[in-house]
Amino acid sequence: MAGEVTKNIDQKTLWEGGRSPFSVSYGKMMMWFFLISDALTFGSLLASLGFMKHKYVDVWPISEQVFTHFPFTHAHLPLMYVAFMTFILIISSVTMVLAVEAGHRMDRKGVTFWLFLTVVGGAIFVGSQAWEWMTFIAGPDGDISTWADNATLTQNYYGRGFTAELPVLGPVQYSQFFFFVTGFHGTHVLSGVIINLIILLGVIKGKYEKVGHYEMVEKVGLYWHFVDLVWVFVFTFYYLV
Amino acid sequence: MSGHSEPFITKYLFSHDHKMISRQFLITGTIMAFIGMIMSLLFRLQLAWPGESFSILNVFLGDKWAPGGVLDPNMYLALVTIHGTIMVFFLLTAGLSGTFANLLIPLQIGARDMASGFLNMLSYWFFFGSSVVMIASLFVESGPAAGGWTVYPPLSAVPEAMPGSGAGMTLWLVSMSLFIISSLLGGLNYIVTIINLRTKGMNMTRLPLTVWALFVTAIIGVLSFPVLFAAALLLIFDRSFGTSFYLSDIYIAGEALDRTGGSPLLYHHLFWFLGHPEVYIIILPAFGIASEVISCNARKPIFGYRAMIGSILAIGFLSFIVWGHHMYVSGMNPFIGSVFVFTTLLIAIPSAVKAFNYLTTLWKGSIRFTPAMMFAIAMVSTFITGGVTGIILADAALDINLHDTYFVVAHFHIVMGLSAVMAMFAGVYHWFPKMWGRMLNKKLGYLHFWITFICAYGVFFPQHFQGLAGVPRRYYTYSEFPLFDGLQDISILVTLFAIVGGLAQFIFAFNFVYSMFRGPRAPQNPWGANSLEWTTPVEHIHGNWVGDLPVVHRWAYDYSKPGKEHDFVPQTVPLEEGEVDGEGH
Repeated sequence: MAGEVTKNIDQKTLWEGGRSPFSVSYGKMMMWFFLISDALTFGSLLASLGFMKHKYVDVWPISEQVFTHFPFTHAHLPLMYVAFMTFILIISSVTMVLAVEAGHRMDRKGVTFWLFLTVVGGAIFVGSQAWEWMTFIAGPDGDISTWADNATLTQNYYGRGFTAELPVLGPVQYSQFFFFVTGFHGTHVLSGVIINLIILLGVIKGKYEKVGHYEMVEKVGLYWHFVDLVWVFVFTFYYLV
Repeated sequence: MSGHSEPFITKYLFSHDHKMISRQFLITGTIMAFIGMIMSLLFRLQLAWPGESFSILNVFLGDKWAPGGVLDPNMYLALVTIHGTIMVFFLLTAGLSGTFANLLIPLQIGARDMASGFLNMLSYWFFFGSSVVMIASLFVESGPAAGGWTVYPPLSAVPEAMPGSGAGMTLWLVSMSLFIISSLLGGLNYIVTIINLRTKGMNMTRLPLTVWALFVTAIIGVLSFPVLFAAALLLIFDRSFGTSFYLSDIYIAGEALDRTGGSPLLYHHLFWFLGHPEVYIIILPAFGIASEVISCNARKPIFGYRAMIGSILAIGFLSFIVWGHHMYVSGMNPFIGSVFVFTTLLIAIPSAVKAFNYLTTLWKGSIRFTPAMMFAIAMVSTFITGGVTGIILADAALDINLHDTYFVVAHFHIVMGLSAVMAMFAGVYHWFPKMWGRMLNKKLGYLHFWITFICAYGVFFPQHFQGLAGVPRRYYTYSEFPLFDGLQDISILVTLFAIVGGLAQFIFAFNFVYSMFRGPRAPQNPWGANSLEWTTPVEHIHGNWVGDLPVVHRWAYDYSKPGKEHDFVPQTVPLEEGEVDGEGH
């Protein structure tokens, strides 16, 4: 829509004043700049993680050996659970795209449906994370405390190359960064779920139909995609690398 | 549109109007500045006459912190810390940007208000809350934060480390969290307003340099404060939740603390990644104000307008890759140190471009020495003086000797403290008529200027010599070090200048408050300036312009243009046939 209008205007006129050079509302642009700012927060947390990994380059635990269990099974499935969480979160981004697209068509039912699925996806992610926090810990077979106590914010029993038979202590910073970084991201997801829910209620009540556009859905959509994108980085730098 | 019927609470307190919010920022920032200044005078007394009794210390600090009128060592450290915090963040970040970004951005780009008046109001009130918490931290039983304004761990991370590390430090962190929110809300607003709400004809190369400076400042703020936020979050976890991101091998009274494996250097990196851009957050608005005031009062176009924009952008970019120069003595690899030496020295280039452009703007101008102009020239002077020592300190080999001495204190006080304060005064004297519709008293302005200027150099210049002689900063007393005995007279001189200079600020305060109510009414365009703010009605109205928004036809610096009737041509005057806009006249 907006793209077609701007096609015929040359670059110079765009910046002449009297209009938004990017043809976006101030709210959407503010969201973009906020996300840039937030990206720097996550960036510095991940850089801190890198700093600490570098310090313990020889003994930092390998996440593949730590996150091996899957709920309700006793199978050895390294990183499968977090992969499942990641999948859900990315799917929720897809449903968000569809909600925004439905908003462009002023299709209230479509927005409601897809936004609802987004909320559900986010809730599943946060719930899964809560489970992981509670049981990341529970020993390789998913049994409670077969060989060591639970890892907490201030305790870490996972070292490089440990097995159930051979527990090796690792740096406590490993579990500190786990809880801090995933927790900080989880807070973002949780706030995203809550905001999406509020917007969803507005959609159901017909608030945006009255306003004449679904830009609010687009704005929270930007936030949601950002939170998902950040997770890709957290996943990469904490679990994979 | 008129504000007369508006209730007090929405007009003066929870106003969405940028002009009111600007005045709120200025007044709050000024009050904070006076508190910070009085603190510095209190600890200067101890530095000049260590261990002597002053009843005034007892008056301000009471029997607990100044028993018998002698400053308590813990309180000395707290005063130094809070003085730094207040001056850096509350006066020169929020006070300076908050005031002038709010006042000038909408007025100079031709907008009715900020993009979001509501967020703008929130920005002020978060700042206000932050100020209140910071002041409240002065009154907790164990005293305010005392580990230095940089709040390095472990002093900031272990609540039992020293008296100020307890409740005082907690409140410091609460205050700074509110401050970061305020700065983010403000910064987002400034950026978006400048991009989206410029009036017709106001393209980016017609923007006054103030707006350019405030624009880049806001971008730097939005990029760097989140890093401080991350650092503060980790610090809060170390303080309260038993983690050890920053802690390792800590012994308190011989007892080993149960925290291992962290690194205080992590905090240093995070802090200075904010900390260095922060000094440009402070100085860029000062550059902007000086450009405007100098060009207007020299009745000459600013020299090298595009070079000025380029150097603002270059400084903004470089500010993010120099933080390591604060950490040369942290055990950093010398090769990395030399990289930071290189990037730091690079900043001297755009800075010198700016300084030379100010001088060439003045060259052959018909200068009007208004108080604002005096302060703007003083800003150029202090910026050059402090900038030159910056080049010395940028060099790792020299910095290792001078680190944490009074040489550093002298350097940063002159280059960013004095320069920014001088520019802020210039801004207040220049735009007071716009803010309050009345004129400041000129004679008091000159008096204020001369005392301030002489005392400012009197306070900070001698500190170079103390620093070169090796006197370390932050010490309560030097009486244990016979080698510094001969330098005590310098301390006394500095303190005397500080007291006189401090008293001079009350001239300004009187002038400010008196003129606010009793000053002569301001004319429409008291300085004969070109930019759009002088086309708005003297009495503030919502929406700034009666009727349509002005249309801009030329840049903001057409002073003394040949063939024109007046020596200034406002931006709203259309170009004549064959007339070239901008620098190419």
